[in-house]
Amino acid sequence: MTKTITSWCAPLPIANVDTDIIMPKRFLKTITREGLAEGAFADLRFDDEGDPRPEFVLNKEPWRKASILVVGDNFGCGSSREHAVWGLVQLGIQACIGTGFAGIFYDNARKNGLALPIVDSDCRDHLLRFADKGQRSDLSIDIAERTLHADGKTYEFKMDDATRQSLLDGRDDTLDTLKLINEIQTYESNLDAVRRVRVLK
Amino acid sequence: MTRTLYDKLVDSHKVCDLPDGDIVVYVDLHIMNEYTSPQAFSGLGAKGVNVRQPEAHLAVVDHVNSTRHNIAPDTASKLLIDNLEQNCLQHGIAFYGLGDARQGIEHVVVPEQGLVAPGMLVACGDSHTTTYGAFGALGFGIGTSEVEHVLATQTLRYKRMKNLLVTVEGDLAHGVTAKDVIICIVEEIGAGGANGFAVEFAGSAIRSLGMAGRMTICNMAVELGARAALIGADETTYQAIENKAHSGSFRFEGENWQSDPNAEFDRSVFIDAKTIAPLVTWGTSPDQCVSIDGSIPSDGDMASPQQKAALTRALNYMGLKSGQSVQDIPIDRAFIGSCTNSRIEDLRDAARILSGRHVASGVTAVVVPGSAATRIQAEQEGLDTIFREAGFEWRPESGCSMCLAMNDDIANDGERIASSTNRNFEGRQGRGARTHLMSPAMVATAAVAGKLADVRKFIGAGA
Repeated sequence: MTKTITSWCAPLPIANVDTDIIMPKRFLKTITREGLAEGAFADLRFDDEGDPRPEFVLNKEPWRKASILVVGDNFGCGSSREHAVWGLVQLGIQACIGTGFAGIFYDNARKNGLALPIVDSDCRDHLLRFADKGQRSDLSIDIAERTLHADGKTYEFKMDDATRQSLLDGRDDTLDTLKLINEIQTYESNLDAVRRVRVLK
Repeated sequence: MTRTLYDKLVDSHKVCDLPDGDIVVYVDLHIMNEYTSPQAFSGLGAKGVNVRQPEAHLAVVDHVNSTRHNIAPDTASKLLIDNLEQNCLQHGIAFYGLGDARQGIEHVVVPEQGLVAPGMLVACGDSHTTTYGAFGALGFGIGTSEVEHVLATQTLRYKRMKNLLVTVEGDLAHGVTAKDVIICIVEEIGAGGANGFAVEFAGSAIRSLGMAGRMTICNMAVELGARAALIGADETTYQAIENKAHSGSFRFEGENWQSDPNAEFDRSVFIDAKTIAPLVTWGTSPDQCVSIDGSIPSDGDMASPQQKAALTRALNYMGLKSGQSVQDIPIDRAFIGSCTNSRIEDLRDAARILSGRHVASGVTAVVVPGSAATRIQAEQEGLDTIFREAGFEWRPESGCSMCLAMNDDIANDGERIASSTNRNFEGRQGRGARTHLMSPAMVATAAVAGKLADVRKFIGAGA
């Protein structure tokens, strides 16, 4: 489905941005996936009165319309909350480019079509400077080719095959795995009876 | 061919290979809490899919409930709790809710109930599921979409990770605990330094720890980015799983659940145990730590421009200055609790410090036992009396409480907390709240001193 993403890109050069920052806990008391755009980066975007913080990059022109973030090392660390990814996507973010992402966040992103291209730190730093200029940047991410184009240059990025394919196909992993029901049944039938956990009610 | 413990665990749970390089792994036990599971159940409903193995799941209420006496959850929290109970009832899943004698923090409850054993694969919608590695089991956190996947298929799509070995050799110095060991490891490897790795902890310092200490270490391994943490199963492990509610109802045999003697790791880190001092974090990432007798680092101590920027940002948030002595930092609150450090052993450690002493004036000190059963055990040992007489508030209910402040335990803007928890992130314990992570004994020490203080001065030499 997602083959190329082309957008303005915004610099967010903070290391170890955790999922508490991406989605503060007061937005987590919900039983739906909806309505989380407001919560995304809420403490960075808004002050105590709920007014936009003018210094935060996504509150400034021209980055207000950015769908791509260039981020610091280890983005998405901390809590497993998928609400962080839901919120980013609902805010209109389609990709975050960084040097590495926390594992659970990376998997959550894949499930929701958020692309996380991984580049080396030289490339990331270059992209940060490029994003900082705030020119009509046309940063473009080609998922199929695993390349990104910015500032007249082409860079290769890392993305594992399964994630790449998932982003291209827009898969539903639950329904896909249910097609493997024979394999699952075979595994279960080979399990010794004592290898079955039965939780007492 | 030799294999690591991690390799053995993945191999024994592999259902099949997938053409895209992922594998499908079987989940022996899946644990749920009230805030990361609602959308998984509604996803099942939308797709018209049933829960495949209802008996292999456990749901526990822990994140949003108050731990004070008789405080009803607010409307939004009640919605989450009721939703989980309804979903469990509908699908025939065990539910340990409020008022249940087995309720508590999920990662305290599961070992306490004998629901984890060497050789298992355990998944849970919570990043601290790495805790189960302490038992030689493969535990890892998952997102809500994956919770749905486990409910529907009893499996997960999985990407094999690389193997990292962390060896901590030698005797731990006086006053140094498992918490200090893992904070030291997080600093050494860096937050995110183990992204893409499963980490195994080995060496005599690890072996000498009891299960509570091993759980503390594996629990916080996620703070260095490791998606799984492991300690090979030994005599200590097998003894610890006896005489629990589920003991003997299942066994995972067929392997020794240790890495083979010459197993190859992709990366190895060695730490000399005797160099580890009691540590506290000074910043907003768990790898920003310093010895209790040290001082706040300065620009010159930081290697990269990124680290310098992180230092500036963290010191600004934390209200600290470079060069400031750690033991000059006054605290407003002391919190003992969380899946990292709220077990009976942790409470005993803190009580040993507090016995015959009192919390400094102006410090609000709270202890939340990790589970209802832990609380009762502690009360039988008289620990509650020691905490109360020292000026700590002894909470009658269990839950995550001020570890992540999703309930009514929220620190105020600018308040400084000595905390036995796992994350010192900006806003973690309340918007603008400043967290210093440390061992339970160090929290007790700080509470008494009214500022960050050296536990070694509070315990007899060689104790």
